[in-house]
Amino acid sequence: MQVERQPQGPAPSGLGLEAPLWKNLSQKLTTWAERLAGNVFVWPAVLVVLFLSIFPLILSLYLSLSRLRFVKGGFEINFVWLANYRKLLAGSEKRHFLGVMAGPSLVGWLVFAVVVGLLILWLVRYVRSRSFSVGGLVGRGLTTVVVSLGLWLLVRTLSPEGRPGTLVVTLIYVFVGIAVQYLLGLGLAVLATQRLPGRRFFRVVFLLPMMITPVGVAYLFRMLVDTDKGPFQPIWQALGLGLFSWVSDPWGARAAVMIGDIWQWTPFMFIVLLAALEGQSVEQIEAALVDGANRWQIFWHITLPQILPVSTTLILIRMIEAFKIVDLPNVLTNGGPGTATESLTLQAYIAWRSLDLGGSAAIAYILLLVVTFIGIAYVNLIRSRVAEE
Amino acid sequence: MTNAIKALFRRRSISAPSPAGMALSYLALGIWALVVLFPIYWLFVTSFKLPIDVNTGPFYVPFVDFRPSLHAWHYILLGDLQRDTIRPYINTVVVALTSTLLALLLGTTAAYGLTRFRYQPRIGTILSFIGCLALVIVAATLGVPWQIALVASGALFIVLLQTIGRRFKRSLGNNDIAFWLISQRMLPPVAVVIPIYVLFQRLHLLDTRAALIITYLATNLPIVIWLMRDYFQSIPIELEECAAIDGASRYRILWSVVLPLSVPGLVATLLFVLVFAWNEYLLALFLSSANAQTLPLTVAAQNATRGPQWWYLSVLVLIMIVPVIGMAIALERYIAHGLLVGAIKG
Repeated sequence: MQVERQPQGPAPSGLGLEAPLWKNLSQKLTTWAERLAGNVFVWPAVLVVLFLSIFPLILSLYLSLSRLRFVKGGFEINFVWLANYRKLLAGSEKRHFLGVMAGPSLVGWLVFAVVVGLLILWLVRYVRSRSFSVGGLVGRGLTTVVVSLGLWLLVRTLSPEGRPGTLVVTLIYVFVGIAVQYLLGLGLAVLATQRLPGRRFFRVVFLLPMMITPVGVAYLFRMLVDTDKGPFQPIWQALGLGLFSWVSDPWGARAAVMIGDIWQWTPFMFIVLLAALEGQSVEQIEAALVDGANRWQIFWHITLPQILPVSTTLILIRMIEAFKIVDLPNVLTNGGPGTATESLTLQAYIAWRSLDLGGSAAIAYILLLVVTFIGIAYVNLIRSRVAEE
Repeated sequence: MTNAIKALFRRRSISAPSPAGMALSYLALGIWALVVLFPIYWLFVTSFKLPIDVNTGPFYVPFVDFRPSLHAWHYILLGDLQRDTIRPYINTVVVALTSTLLALLLGTTAAYGLTRFRYQPRIGTILSFIGCLALVIVAATLGVPWQIALVASGALFIVLLQTIGRRFKRSLGNNDIAFWLISQRMLPPVAVVIPIYVLFQRLHLLDTRAALIITYLATNLPIVIWLMRDYFQSIPIELEECAAIDGASRYRILWSVVLPLSVPGLVATLLFVLVFAWNEYLLALFLSSANAQTLPLTVAAQNATRGPQWWYLSVLVLIMIVPVIGMAIALERYIAHGLLVGAIKG
């Protein structure tokens, strides 16, 4: 103690006394800040996300179980249990949400039988395999049931007499859109990896659609699909379709929405796949060439396995984003004709606009369940397997 | 003769295709370039058309098919619509830039923390926290004043933490936190936007830029964390260890060692997030009306009663996409690289 105090003792001026104290304090502050660094780094982000996701999710669940009613001087919220969900799945909104059911067509039956058969085969094989576990079986069983139900809904609403609801339309947007985007993106990326003069031009140009606001894309395609004043009018005339209107035909309108989506998001697939292809090792390909493999064999056996992990992540990202589709159908077709092009998000927005808060929240929650289920099934069943290989 | 044909199809090297293959590749790439560029060209041309040129049928080439006119540009940038354009434009710039920079700041530090520190939140703590939060909300909606509900469940949370929280020894790791943060991107915005709307209404923040900035920050944080975490993992740790031995603090290491090394990842992430914030539509639709309206809303609102006025619309879309496209062209190299690192690790 004595030794420590000594330097303080003889110091006459106030300045000399303060300096070590201040230094001491700042040092303490630094070590304290240093110790807290880990928390300082993570907490702000966690808090923001927590604040704007967990809290709204709970409140949203509550809203989806209740009905808003206007009374004198405000509104009251009545708890109605699952009435909003019942309305969507079995009540007055069923035609809108699920669609009009009809007997499946012959093709529908065939597709359904084949897919369900394959799913059961896949389950049986899993039960007999060595990596069998109860949890895995439950997950796979659940996937089988849900996929079968979804497919049953699909084949029944897509048969000639049926009419798909917003759920089915959203699923079509997501899966057809992603399949086309991936294949186009992959094809273009394979072509663009070749050492062609001027490929930088293509790479920059192909990037552009991704940057354009989806609302802008929607208007753009509204101009382009106009068979009367749009730029392709001579082609429609020549085909005798001058009076055909894309946006007043249900499938034409859906196709227009999907084309816009594909136009916008193929670049995303393209740039990442291109980077993946350029990063792959050349030695294997050289060895295969020496062994006399043709181009198709090289692509199928060497290139594709190498870009598979990237591809699965890419598809996952696009899937997550694609389920949120709303701008394109809202602006391009206004959800019409009728409700033919409405996506789930758009339906929820329209319900909100007509002050049906509970119904809107219920639609949003079903969307959340669908996305979560598909996301988890995809990650567990496909991505983990690819990662293992 | 056969030799000549064979030569046409022979590859000159692995990466250089045969002449025939090259021609086909150019054809395919050219077709897609046309598919990409033609709509943009059409937008450009339409912005110089008079209403009569648009309404009487397709005209393709200015000066040949029709006489270009600057009337739409004049109207949007200088005329009646000017104040309706300027305001959303400033809103968009402010909201997109601020939320992007904030997301980068918080996301980068979180991503760095998640790669270089160990976190072990207890499951008991998390569960009791969520339970108490649910209690607050239910109590508040049932009519209990929210201040009382908050204080009461805060007390309950502390009690739970001291009692039940201790029992559950199981804790989560960094990967769980990262997965949770990233999985928030899966959340459809429409599922959370109504409560957020109510919240901002209560806070009197509805239709302000602040509301949009906070919401965009929350929706974009997961992307930043996901991309930057993978980027930080690809940076060797030795440099940081050297800096630590030299006595640099954690903050200093992040600022002057790690960040300069991750510029490509940062740039890709910045562009990606900025484009999302710049083009965002649904959240803005719910959370803003006249005051904080952003450009996507302005564009979408052009659907006038007489049908869209394509000439004005084209100008609006063009002035909206020019800055982003300029950035994208300038930063093209970074984008692919930055995104790829994220996609490989996932």
